[in-house]
Amino acid sequence: MTAMTTSPPSLNSSSVSEPSSFTPEIEKKYKMIAEHVTISYGDFPAVKDITMKFPEKSVTALIGPSGCGKTTFLRCLNRMHDMTKNAKVEGKVMIDNIDLYDKSIDPIYHRRKVGMVFQKPNPFPTMSIYDNVTAGLKLNGVRDKKILDEIVEDSLKMAYLWNEVKGDLKKSAIELSGGQQQRLCIARALAIQPEVLLMDEPASALDPIATQKIEETITELKKEYTIIIVTHNMQQAVRVSDYTGFMYLGDLIEFRETKNLFTDPKNELTAKYVQGQFG
Amino acid sequence: MTTTQQRRQEYRALFKQNVSKRLVVDKAVRIIVFACVVIAIIPLGSILVEVFKNGAAAISYEFLTEVPGSIGSGEGGIGPAIQGTLIIIGLSSLIGVPIGVMSGIYLSEYGDNRLARSIRFFNDVFMEFPSIVLGIFAFLMIVLVLGHFSVWAGAFALSLIMFPIVARTTEESLKMVPVTYREAGTALGLKKWVITFRIVISAAKSGMITGILLSVSRIGGETAPLIMTILGSSQFFSSMDVPMDALPLRIWRLSLLPYDSAQLQGWGAALVLIIIILGINLGVRYYFANKKGKGLFGHLIKKGTFDKK
Repeated sequence: MTAMTTSPPSLNSSSVSEPSSFTPEIEKKYKMIAEHVTISYGDFPAVKDITMKFPEKSVTALIGPSGCGKTTFLRCLNRMHDMTKNAKVEGKVMIDNIDLYDKSIDPIYHRRKVGMVFQKPNPFPTMSIYDNVTAGLKLNGVRDKKILDEIVEDSLKMAYLWNEVKGDLKKSAIELSGGQQQRLCIARALAIQPEVLLMDEPASALDPIATQKIEETITELKKEYTIIIVTHNMQQAVRVSDYTGFMYLGDLIEFRETKNLFTDPKNELTAKYVQGQFG
Repeated sequence: MTTTQQRRQEYRALFKQNVSKRLVVDKAVRIIVFACVVIAIIPLGSILVEVFKNGAAAISYEFLTEVPGSIGSGEGGIGPAIQGTLIIIGLSSLIGVPIGVMSGIYLSEYGDNRLARSIRFFNDVFMEFPSIVLGIFAFLMIVLVLGHFSVWAGAFALSLIMFPIVARTTEESLKMVPVTYREAGTALGLKKWVITFRIVISAAKSGMITGILLSVSRIGGETAPLIMTILGSSQFFSSMDVPMDALPLRIWRLSLLPYDSAQLQGWGAALVLIIIILGINLGVRYYFANKKGKGLFGHLIKKGTFDKK
């Protein structure tokens, strides 16, 4: 499941020089690299010249106060801004050394490598649980019933939903509870067999028990996936992530290993934020 | 400066004032709203009652199946008119609905530009066109060019009435579908047309069906454009290139005749038309209410592509 089709970039092969404090020093490979990304809505720059490297098979959390550009930045990693009028993205986003924003790239192909889970559960309302999970496959042309069945079971198990729904996969997705719907959305995102998983405050609309389940899911998924998660909840960032980036007003202030960022922040702003002095 | 506790007490006192008055207003609004509904329903209901009362006596097997008898005899029926109405509704829908739905999809999903804005504007204007103007247009474009009245001309005129309605209602119902579903589809690496046809449309289908039924009901009762195009006939359908009868035309002709028997048949024909329109509406709604999770086009596309279970 971890096999990558193209040769992954290593630290040395990266052509970009950048402040080392922005990049966790690690042995692992980088799955995804954002280089000098600036995103503006009209004249307003929501994200300013961010460079970030996301290590493979790890969880990277993006934290920061509301309106700091976390979600905007996360969405650019999947070219979701293509759908937003007025939004302009500059810079490069590399997945396995391929620039997602290269003019010659069909974003659809690369989105299939990147799964996304949104803030609010958004299962397709007219589809059953089964059809929701298989939507990305079926609508992309996978017809083999046996393969679909296998993937449904596998994805739902990974999202910790299988035991709750295995008896009634034909049930409409909107009959599930909010927490179950969100885990269904995770299963749906996993079903297309992505290599990177983007999560935009996946637990913000959920109760503590559902949140805990999602966090368990994330921890489990880390073994195979590169996960980037936006969260408002600093405890959550501490619990699930290996690396944390703190953003403020569109800038990436500090990006380090989670335990270091929270226990020994180098930047004054970061220190204030993680101590709860503002935000 | 923060509000003092005393000031808060004053605020609370303010909110407690007029409680009984506000409850009265609340009740009054409810009564007025209900009264307006009643006022709106009275004429509608009385039309229905009147048509049923006067028309029921005319209904018989002969009346529904036979060609009209000689004028004033009270014999014969409205068979050709019923047949013609069904043909013209079906044919116009075949032309008007797909074009309307596709235009609506364009306006909603791709319509964020100047061209679409002007199309939307003209579409709205078009929707308010007097139907007789569209009849004359069809007369000039088809009847005069071909040299004879024809079913095609009628279907063309009626589909012109249909498609702006369908386009507008389709656009509106597609726009109601939350953008989050489109985002979810995009994030799954789906192509835009797949998202539109398989996800958005299936979420919007009930609104779209309402729009289509609205337009079917509208053209079902159109008379003026049909005078200019299919003219009317006493014979059953024989060819697309000759005049054909339709219920509104038959009702119109019968009601102009000075015979009681003809008037009675006119009422009967009106009743039949109402029942047909009602039947189409209920039938289509029932059909789709029992088709969970499959949009109109989603269903058509899906049919035969995937196994049922």
